[in-house]
This record gives sequence, C-alpha cells and structure tokens, in this order.
Amino acid sequence: MSTAIANVEHYLEAFTRLPRTAEPDWLKQLREDAFARFCQTGLPTTHDEDWRFTNVSAIAKTEFELPVDPPQLSAADLSAWKFPASAIELIFVDGQFAAEFSTIGSLPPGVQVSSLKEQNTKHSNAAKEQLGRYLNVERDAFAALNTAFISDGAFVHVSRGVVVEVPIRLLFVSTQAAAPRMVHPRNLLVFDQESQATVIEEYVSLGGGTVLSNSATELVAGANATVSHYMIEREKVDAFNISTLRIQHERSANVASHSLLLGGGLVRNNVHPVLAGEGGECLINGLFVGEGRQHLDNYMHVEHASPHCSSRQFYNGILDGHAHGVFHGRIVVHKDAQKTDAKQTNRNLLLSDDAQIDTKPQLEIYADDVKCTHGATIGQIDENALFYLRSRGIDEISARRLLLMAFASECLERMAAGPAREYSERLIHEHLLKIADHVTTASASVQNRSWEEVG
Amino acid sequence: MSLLEIKNLHASVDGHEILKGINLTINPGEVHSIMGPNGSGKSTLAQVLARRQAYHVTAGSINFLGKDLLEMKPEEAACEGVFLAFQYPVEVPGIGNTYFMRSALNAIRKHQGLDEMDAMDFLPMFREKLKLLDMDEKLMNRSVNEGFSGGEKKRNEILQMAVLQPRLAILDETDSGLDIDALRIVANGVNALRSTERGMLVVTHYQRLLNYIVPDFVHVLVDGRIVRSGGPELALELEEKGYSWTEGARQPEPASA
Repeated sequence: MSTAIANVEHYLEAFTRLPRTAEPDWLKQLREDAFARFCQTGLPTTHDEDWRFTNVSAIAKTEFELPVDPPQLSAADLSAWKFPASAIELIFVDGQFAAEFSTIGSLPPGVQVSSLKEQNTKHSNAAKEQLGRYLNVERDAFAALNTAFISDGAFVHVSRGVVVEVPIRLLFVSTQAAAPRMVHPRNLLVFDQESQATVIEEYVSLGGGTVLSNSATELVAGANATVSHYMIEREKVDAFNISTLRIQHERSANVASHSLLLGGGLVRNNVHPVLAGEGGECLINGLFVGEGRQHLDNYMHVEHASPHCSSRQFYNGILDGHAHGVFHGRIVVHKDAQKTDAKQTNRNLLLSDDAQIDTKPQLEIYADDVKCTHGATIGQIDENALFYLRSRGIDEISARRLLLMAFASECLERMAAGPAREYSERLIHEHLLKIADHVTTASASVQNRSWEEVG
Repeated sequence: MSLLEIKNLHASVDGHEILKGINLTINPGEVHSIMGPNGSGKSTLAQVLARRQAYHVTAGSINFLGKDLLEMKPEEAACEGVFLAFQYPVEVPGIGNTYFMRSALNAIRKHQGLDEMDAMDFLPMFREKLKLLDMDEKLMNRSVNEGFSGGEKKRNEILQMAVLQPRLAILDETDSGLDIDALRIVANGVNALRSTERGMLVVTHYQRLLNYIVPDFVHVLVDGRIVRSGGPELALELEEKGYSWTEGARQPEPASA
C-alpha cells in the first residue's frame, strides 16, 4: 500500500509541472478529473480481479519522468522503421509528434489526419465532443493516468462515405532512456457513417532503458463504417507497454481489431469494444509471441449493448523460455442485447517447460436469447508433424518455423488482404524465424501431448 | 555397392527392446518385403531407417550408400535419398500441400547441389505425378493431409515419393485400410517408381499387397528377428499357414489361424 501512495505523490509532482497554458479549458478539466480519479485508486494490484495475472508493481515502484526535449534524430535513424508500402504516416518520438519524419501528403477530401495536440491548441473544439467520452477512467487507473497526462497522438476524422485507400500508420518511437521515462500517447479516431479505413498503431524502441508507454485510443465507428485497427507492439524487452483500445460501434458498424504482440517486457493489451447499435460486428483477433521473461497480457472486454450484434475473439499465443501469457476474455451481454452472437477462442503453444499461460473466460449474460461460446487450448509443437516434415528433407529449424507459422497464420487469415496484412505477415515471419532458431535445442525432451480443452 | 546394409540391428523404445538383431541387405533395383504379425517390430524398423529419434539403436550398424545412416538426422537421411511412406500420415494444418512438396523437393535439391525449382517448373511436374496417383488437384490447395480420407492420405504418401524420387523407399503398411481400387492405384504408383537405381522395402501385414507389388525377396519378422527369408512364394505360404507357423518354428505353441 505504501508504494502505491508514494507513487501517486510522484505522479502528482509530474502532474503539477505539466505545461498546460496553451490548452482549452475543457481539456484542463478533463485532466483534472482524471487525475483526481487516479489519486483515489492508485495503480492496480493482483488483488484486483482484472489484474489477477499481471503484477504491475515494477511500474508502481519506478519513478517515471515525463520526456524532456527529445534527442535530435535524423531521417536515417528512422528509415528502418518506415512503412514499406504507401501510407499516411504519423511519427511520434518520445510521445511528441515529429512532423519532419511524418508523411501526411495531400489527403483526400473529407479526411483529416493530424497531431491531436495541434488540434487541441489550434482548433480547440474539434476533438472536444469525443475526446474522453468513451474511455472509462473510473474503472481503469491506466486510462485515468493517460487522460491526466494526455500528451500527443493522432487525430483522425474520416467523413461520411469516404474510403481511405492507404493505411493510416501511427508509429510511436521511444529513444534511449537514461532515466525511467513515461509517455501517454492518446489517439482519437473518428469514422463517420459508411466510411472505411485501416489504422496501424505501432510501438518500437530505438534505444533501450526503462520506458513506459501508456497509450489510449478511442475509436468511433459510425453506422455502417468498416474499420480495421492494428496494434503492433515491437518494443525492446525492457519496455513497459500498457495500451487501451476503446471501440464505439454504432449501428451495423464493422470493426476488426488485430493485435500483434511481438516485443515489450511487460505488456498489457486492453481491447474494449462496445456494440452500441444494432447489427454491429466486431472481430478481435490477436497473436502474442513471447520469449525470455516477457509478460504479455491480453484483456478483452466485449460489451454487447444492443441486439443482433456479433463478436468474434480469436487469440493465438506462442510462448517460449520463461514467458508468461495471459488471455482474459470478458463478454458482457446487456439486458436488451437479444440475439447476441459472441464467440471466444484462445489457442496457445507452449514451447518450453517454463513458459506459462493463464487463460480465463468471463461471461456475464443478462439477456435470455443469446449465443455465447468460449474455448481454450494449450499444447506444444506436434512432434509427429515435426518428424513428418523432417522426414521429407526439411531441416529442423525450417520445420519448426513452418509449424509456428502455420499456427500464426490462423491469425493472418482473419486480416483483410492488403498492405497491413502483408506487413504483419512479414513481421511475424521474421520474428518466428528467431524463435524457431532458439527452440531447436531446448525442446528435445518435450513430450508430445495433444490439445487439451480447458474451457 | 549395396544400397542398404543392416547388420545386427538392435533398437529399443522406452527401455523395451523391439529389434533384436536384424540383418538385411538391399541392392539397387530390388524390392524386399517384410511381413510379420503385430508387434513384431516392422514399423520400428521403418522408423529407425527414417531416423526417428524416439527409437534408440543399442547395437549394430546401418550402411546406406556407403554412409553411416545412424549418424544422420531425419532430414539428412531424406536428403541422402531415404523415404518413408508413413503408416499413419500426419495432418499438418496451416501448411499447404503444394508449398510443402516444393519446400521438401528444394531442400533435397539444395543438398544435391541443384538449383531450387520455382513454381513455374514445379507445377507441370507436380501435375503429372498427381495424374499418376489419380488425385484431384484441388486437394493440393488444402493443408497437408487435413481432412483427407484414409485412402487419400496413403496416395499422398506415394505422390510425395514420386516427387522426391528417393533411392530407398520404405512403405510402412501402405495397404492397410485401403479398398481394392485404392490399393490398385497405390500399387500402380509404386510400380511406376520401380527402377534399377532404386531399392524398396515394403512393410506389410497382409499378403494382398504383394499380388500387386511383387517383391524379389520376402522376409518374415517375428519378435524383432528375421526368422525366414525367401522369394515371393514365401508370402503365399505365410498367407496360407498364418504367422503362427513361423512362430511355431521358434517357440512351440498351440496353432491358431
């Protein structure tokens, strides 16, 4: 308890020093309220049901500072991280928008893409209606902390009926941190009726050090809008990454959330869609791949608030070394959300004796005419399949990579064809090659075990 | 030089000795059949030859084309020209048949110092082999063996053999569970691959297969040892008298069919 209080004091100091003069009053108020809430709750502990499997005491014990002036980077520093296909690209360095490295170009009519900070300082009311409207700061301390410290992020608005052909990619880069540093990226993505777009939110490290990325994204999908959102975590293994994606579905909106957790030390991936209009459709698709001592926690909170909506959750985990994965899939079906069709599947491959997965379905159903299913499996690389591939001449590392890739491809197949999927495929491919290389020697003793139903 | 020379092979799995001194020589162009009752060690021999690590060789040697086969990993044995048609082909979800076949062929070609085959060169050759086994090309768009019937799986094994063109083909109960039509197709596929360069080891429980794939030599394996060897007529004799006949020769027991 004492650490939690000490920590709140530390955040209070940072909050007091936060420069706010150029901001509109509504934003100042939003910050104050959120910070007040954070002071009441402090950071969660493992006694909190939502955080049972993830201990954030390492974050609570660290005194993070807000970033000071970011180091001077050159285009060459970032060239390896640029999106490989044509895209609208916003790059943030240590939480601050870096216009000089970003590619916004000439946007099609009806599309606004800019830094949120710029929106809030220049056109103070553009984000006012929506910012903070959906994110639950009462329930989630990290969301409150993010709101209190909103620094910068993307503001995207796509008008009615507009189709954005290229992906909108938001790249959050953290540089070498001499002292512990925190950033609180905040994105507001608003898609009006019948619009269509793909957004990639990606986190990478240029240097090591103790860095906390505590991001929050509010995504509003208007009636009949079709939106794909990708969350890609590729930071170094000493990074903390807490992210929250809050999706607001209007009538018949179709939103796909794809998460790829390939990096980071302690990662918490919150996905919280609210199906607020009839006929909404939501796909929550993810792959998490951990090794070493990585901790990758996926917390899903799907709220069915209207009738005739469907949600599909599919998460696949691959864990090696001492990695710890979590899949917590909460589905809440409100009283009036009849004809809800909700499905949840979590499949896991454990590649070592010390890797661990906690998978937990949590269904709360208050309507009486619904279909909700859930299932989870835990298994290992099928030694029979491995021998089969090797007996045809394929070497062990390639055979393992093929089998891991096959497992991961279930996740890829759910992504719509296009540059975002191709990019994801490339990243997964490169990452699994590395993992396959590691596990060849370790797994000689692993016994073959078939899939085991646990839920 | 002989293709395969097995001397005094002993192998065990989980501490149980299964093979208790096998001696067998196969020359290029020869087809040998190994018959035997359940649990006699037929499949163990096949798996040891394919270098499955779960089987521990405790004594003896296997020479394959002048090299020590026991020193090889499964993929090395495959690249040197050993092919095992599995008794129970494995389903591999998420890996397409065509991609798998091309990867395997290219791994072997690379080992032989040949250029990799691209899709343009591979497909026409592949289609021809599909015809040989009377297989629908649509099956090849699916994952390896996934959702295949028993007969389709067995045909897929022979298809792989036709693509990879091994020096030594080991068929482990390829006939088990096949109806007569599927058996004919499989046997035709195998016979088409008989050549003066290639040796075959046909492991079977039933004599029926040997009506279609006529071996040069038949060996009877009982309790981890080859107890009789002879020509194709031995298979017929075995069919007539049952395995108890051979067992009886070693260890008198009440005869039963």
